[in-house]
Amino acid sequence: MTMAESQILPDSAAIPRSVYEISRLSKTYARNRLVALTDVNLTLREGEFVSVIGSSGCGKSTLLKIMSGLMPPTSGRVTLEGKPVTGTRADIGMMFQQATLLPWMTTIENIVLPIEIRQGKSAARAARARAQELLDLVGLGDFAHVYPGELSGGMAQRASICRMLITRPAVLLLDEPFSALDELTRDFMNMELQRICHETRATAFLVTHSLAEAVILSDRILVMKPRPGRIVEEVVIPLPRPRTLEMINTPEFGRIVAHIRDLLGKEAEQ
Amino acid sequence: MTDTVSDDLPDTVWIEKTSWIDAMPRWLAMSLLFIAVVTLWDLVTRWGWVSPIILPSPAETLADLIFVGRNLITGDYMLGALWTTTKTVFFGFLIAASIGFLLGVLVGETKFGERAVMPYLVAIDTMPKVAFAPLFIAWLGFDIASKVALAAFIATFPIVVATAAGLYAASENERMLFKSMGATRMQTLLRLKLPTGLPYMFTGLKIAAVGVMAGAITGEFLGGGKGFGALIRQSASQMDTPRVFALILYLSLLGLLLYFTVVWAQRKFVFWNKDQRPGALG
Repeated sequence: MTMAESQILPDSAAIPRSVYEISRLSKTYARNRLVALTDVNLTLREGEFVSVIGSSGCGKSTLLKIMSGLMPPTSGRVTLEGKPVTGTRADIGMMFQQATLLPWMTTIENIVLPIEIRQGKSAARAARARAQELLDLVGLGDFAHVYPGELSGGMAQRASICRMLITRPAVLLLDEPFSALDELTRDFMNMELQRICHETRATAFLVTHSLAEAVILSDRILVMKPRPGRIVEEVVIPLPRPRTLEMINTPEFGRIVAHIRDLLGKEAEQ
Repeated sequence: MTDTVSDDLPDTVWIEKTSWIDAMPRWLAMSLLFIAVVTLWDLVTRWGWVSPIILPSPAETLADLIFVGRNLITGDYMLGALWTTTKTVFFGFLIAASIGFLLGVLVGETKFGERAVMPYLVAIDTMPKVAFAPLFIAWLGFDIASKVALAAFIATFPIVVATAAGLYAASENERMLFKSMGATRMQTLLRLKLPTGLPYMFTGLKIAAVGVMAGAITGEFLGGGKGFGALIRQSASQMDTPRVFALILYLSLLGLLLYFTVVWAQRKFVFWNKDQRPGALG
């Protein structure tokens, strides 16, 4: 397959290698025979930012749970870095709607927690230097030794970004990470996320139901529809990088948002 | 020409009325209430509305308070009795905390515990536990052991329930986080569920602190022995009501000591709980 591709495409070296591959994925909940996902195919390439958008109940949370190894698929193929995903893995980074920092541990202790859980206390101590670097990266360098109760909502989510990055994951799975923040903080955090993804050359997959957020962050957007949950269209976002908040006011941005809203709206009418 | 408001007009002034009774500081309010109750008590006994055998006058009670206090300070027989009761309460609390914690983990962490053990615990908990006292005396004799057993028996249940509730307290997101980090069941229990449940467990310990006192004294009422409960019963049977009052007051100090030890431990161990530390985090 890859051999054939490279023969057909002479400039295949310019296309980044694929990191996460999903083919013919389906998920049926046995209890109520609900078809949550059917025939989902997607490929995340290295350094790419892909979002999935859709109304609630379209299966996007189910997709993310399967991708993170928290839930098995009913059928289909799910591979990260060529290895099948059969459970949670250290090379999968996750971020949730809530920062979920443990209040009895300092910020830096929270950040090295994934290392401590998987490799023990001495490995966690060794990872502290890197944790501090990550804190500096997200602008929390001075907050390493405070408790999460003293962090604002935005700061707590930045700390949880560090916790996600500490294991050097091959892919970042983001489950509406800023939806609990106010809109101004959210805009700011989205720009921060873009910068962090760029500096760490991360491959990221975002689940959201904010159109503007998906468009401003993504290289591609997968539009999903429910009953049964499936990807109905892939929208490539041609806006240049780095993206800025001013782009939201451009006609091109407006056209893209209108197009996706149209796709989602048809569903609502059905 | 401009719509600037003239400066001659008066400021808007809010007048908040607080009644003088709510405006009193705590020390004054508490003192006033104390004085009022003691005065009423004094009048009731002075005018002979109530027989002195039923309700002694404040002066008599104070005299007995001083007598008992002197007896305790000089290390006379009452100190020995208080020490016996203190030991009963201490060991009863320790046993209740240990067994309650272990049963709580069993019920809160395992499906078997939840399905099989919990119904029986609820059934036993609804029984009047004091009724078991004669059994404990029959099994363990009239010595301190039967009182410790009754005290522990009464205090165990709130700790079981609180521990189990505490283990359920971790949020769905936190559980998902630990799962995604590949945490084992033991790691999730030790690093997430137990710390999250600590505030609940301390609530259980506070309820248990009250129960263990009741259990110890009931045990001493029914089983005799050398404790404070036996002293109280003895004084009551001699119609020495002022002595009973004085003994109860000193006994309540033991209860307060235990209760506030638990509160102190909670402040120390659950330092992150903002509700427990008002003002500390702004």
